[in-house]
Amino acid sequence: MAQTTTLQPTAAPTLDAPRTGNWDGGNEPFKASYGKLMMWIFLLSDAFSFGAFLTTYGMIRHKHAVFTGEASAFHFSTKWWPIPDHVFNAFPGMGHANVPLGFVALMTMILIFSSVTMVLAVEAGHRMDKADVQKWLLWTILFGAIFLSSQAWEWGHFIRGHEEGTLMADGTVFHGANLAVNQYGPVLFADLFFFITGFHGTHVFSGVCLLVWCFIATTNGTFEKRGHYEMVEKIGLYWHFVDLVWVFVFTFFYLV
Amino acid sequence: MSSPAATDHATLNGEIAKPNTSWIWRVFFVLVAITAVEFAITFALEAQHFRTLRNSILIGLTILKAFFIVGEFMHLKHETKGLIWMILVPSTLLIWLLVALVTEGSFIGETMAHMFS
Repeated sequence: MAQTTTLQPTAAPTLDAPRTGNWDGGNEPFKASYGKLMMWIFLLSDAFSFGAFLTTYGMIRHKHAVFTGEASAFHFSTKWWPIPDHVFNAFPGMGHANVPLGFVALMTMILIFSSVTMVLAVEAGHRMDKADVQKWLLWTILFGAIFLSSQAWEWGHFIRGHEEGTLMADGTVFHGANLAVNQYGPVLFADLFFFITGFHGTHVFSGVCLLVWCFIATTNGTFEKRGHYEMVEKIGLYWHFVDLVWVFVFTFFYLV
Repeated sequence: MSSPAATDHATLNGEIAKPNTSWIWRVFFVLVAITAVEFAITFALEAQHFRTLRNSILIGLTILKAFFIVGEFMHLKHETKGLIWMILVPSTLLIWLLVALVTEGSFIGETMAHMFS
């Protein structure tokens, strides 16, 4: 060490050729383009947002008491967390018929199907088939819009409430829900419903906007001129993520 | 599932290739079937008597559905190992958060219920 008189590293290996390892630069270690990689990282961060929402739901639900009687004896009370099939049991156009979770099952199917049409659009993009991309994008936009309208109906029903209502602590009968009071159970039940399904609905809405833009760009031939339909793929990733979140919301909010 | 990579063939001599969609429909039917099973279990097992079993099955099936959506539809199964781990490792930390806070919630509930008794 004492003999080192120059600033030249003495033991540095001399390279005969540039390094070509996976992480030595000059290539794509993940074999994914910049845009796709950033979409994945954005989705990961979005997964944390939804994960935090669902964790909050789990924590608050466990903080409240469970209804321990027979299912047939269940009634709404602020003392315990409501059983979801008693809250979400209405179907559009069927009046007061009891269809537990029927509508939400339909909504789930619609969203899964929209995911399928989205993959079909991506697949058509790989083949540079402009007409097919347009067709499947339109189907996806349609199913996304149907899902949003269904959610609007679901919210409307949740806010207006069931006909019988619930006798509250102050002696009045309350119907439906708002952020401060609701007929179904603890205040936070309705709050979490609005926040979680609302945050998800916002994502679906953004997705539909992106898809509409993507359809216009496809029609104008933007991607055809660019030589690839990667934008459809990136928006597809986002759309599947929204579907994925709904799968978890469906389980934790409606089934469990 | 057949490899979606097979769909990656681009245009040959200006002609548009035939669609390769059978794997997409297969994944779709798997997802529908799992959802149907979830629905059946929700009503077949009464929450009052089988709470733990019912919830475990439902959460297990949800993760299975997530596996198909992320793996096939989002194509993660066919990406490089580095990308797969980059997504999976941080996501699994969410399970820790969930378990920790659900436990915390039960504790707060218990404590508050017995605070004045």
